[in-house]
Amino acid sequence: MTTTPQGHEDRTGTGYIRDHETHPPLDFPGYRSTALRHPKRPLQLLPHLLTEVTGPLLGEGRLGELDHDLTRQHEGEPQGQRIIVHGQVRDSDGQPVPHSLIEIWQANAGGRYRHTVDNWPCPLDPNFSGVGRTITDSDGRYRFVTVRPGAYPWKNHDNAWRPAHIHFSLFGRAFTQRLVTQMYFPGDPLFFQDPMWNSIPDEKARERMLCRFDYENTEPEWALAFEWDIVLRGREATPFESEVDDD
Amino acid sequence: MSDTTPPTTPSQTVGPYLHIGLHWPDGPFAVAEGTPEGFWIRGTLTDGAGQPISDGLIETWQADPNGRFDHPDDPRGPTGYPGFRAFGRCDTDEHGEYGIFTLAPGAVPGPGDTLQAPHIDVSVFARGMLHRTVTRIYFPENVNANAADPVLSTVADETARSTLVAEPATDGYRFDIRLQGENETVFFEI
Repeated sequence: MTTTPQGHEDRTGTGYIRDHETHPPLDFPGYRSTALRHPKRPLQLLPHLLTEVTGPLLGEGRLGELDHDLTRQHEGEPQGQRIIVHGQVRDSDGQPVPHSLIEIWQANAGGRYRHTVDNWPCPLDPNFSGVGRTITDSDGRYRFVTVRPGAYPWKNHDNAWRPAHIHFSLFGRAFTQRLVTQMYFPGDPLFFQDPMWNSIPDEKARERMLCRFDYENTEPEWALAFEWDIVLRGREATPFESEVDDD
Repeated sequence: MSDTTPPTTPSQTVGPYLHIGLHWPDGPFAVAEGTPEGFWIRGTLTDGAGQPISDGLIETWQADPNGRFDHPDDPRGPTGYPGFRAFGRCDTDEHGEYGIFTLAPGAVPGPGDTLQAPHIDVSVFARGMLHRTVTRIYFPENVNANAADPVLSTVADETARSTLVAEPATDGYRFDIRLQGENETVFFEI
């Protein structure tokens, strides 16, 4: 059965702002794996209709009690330096994104993931899974407790090492706001040779992937704190323009 | 953008270890297994050499069978459909295969007073992709609606357009996703 669209407002005039300057290209030769994994045809313009301005609202039902604290998911405590990672999720209109699921995953303090294909000779930590989840509060704020991840080698180029990072997955409230990104730590000496970091064309945009050491929220004799705010796309108030974009 | 709008956070790849962070045991089930009218959409994610991608992730978002979204931004008002999550997530296996168990979406309002053909929005993530790509699944039986669809009809090339239409399969549909190559799937800029 089909519901007739009686009474629906025309939503084609509003969508979510595109931000081409911030995001990496799909084809970035420095990151070798992009070569066979980027579309070669021009991307087709998709207007923001109802399917795009709505999206999954995933909350409490997906969370276990200790999902936000990666240091308490096992019998013992993980190795490494305990850290608090917290911040606010907003959209580019400046509005907080409340009650939205955030998922993170990361390497352990030595730089190894608990994953079957990660087999570089760094020990696994029996007390660390490296997986966390939380939802933002009514003001868009989130908080995780974890350990500082280590750098690790990979085979992209000679002597290639990933800077320490935590993977973040965010939904926002619209299909167009979906974002997967990585949080990096300030002062990492490995940025110069990392193609993922350097795939972001604008230096200021790159720096938006850096957390900030947060002394105020550092807990005495317990954990260093880092603050990282995340900004998703915001609503577009002006009529949708039929621009043609090649990515 | 004006100076007062905070700039967005860049996208980064999910990397090779996405399975530890983004795997949900119940992810493939947009509706519970065994639900009457439920069917599978299965497919293979392949790269430019035709090789299956085992470190990929497919996510789907769609209207319920009435063409409604259980969401405050559906101007017709949010509405639920019993047992239906509308969202599916499946990481690809060692053969590059994914599967989503779902219900057929209804027709969704399009521009003005038009209706869009029933469709499912799809996000594709994988190691080697710095940014997700987006495509849509349409259904082969909706011949007239597909021909009039405001999005599908913008894809001029008939062969390219056919990459957006699922094929019938014994337990539902097949929708292969090819990132490159002769039958490269049409991807959208959103």
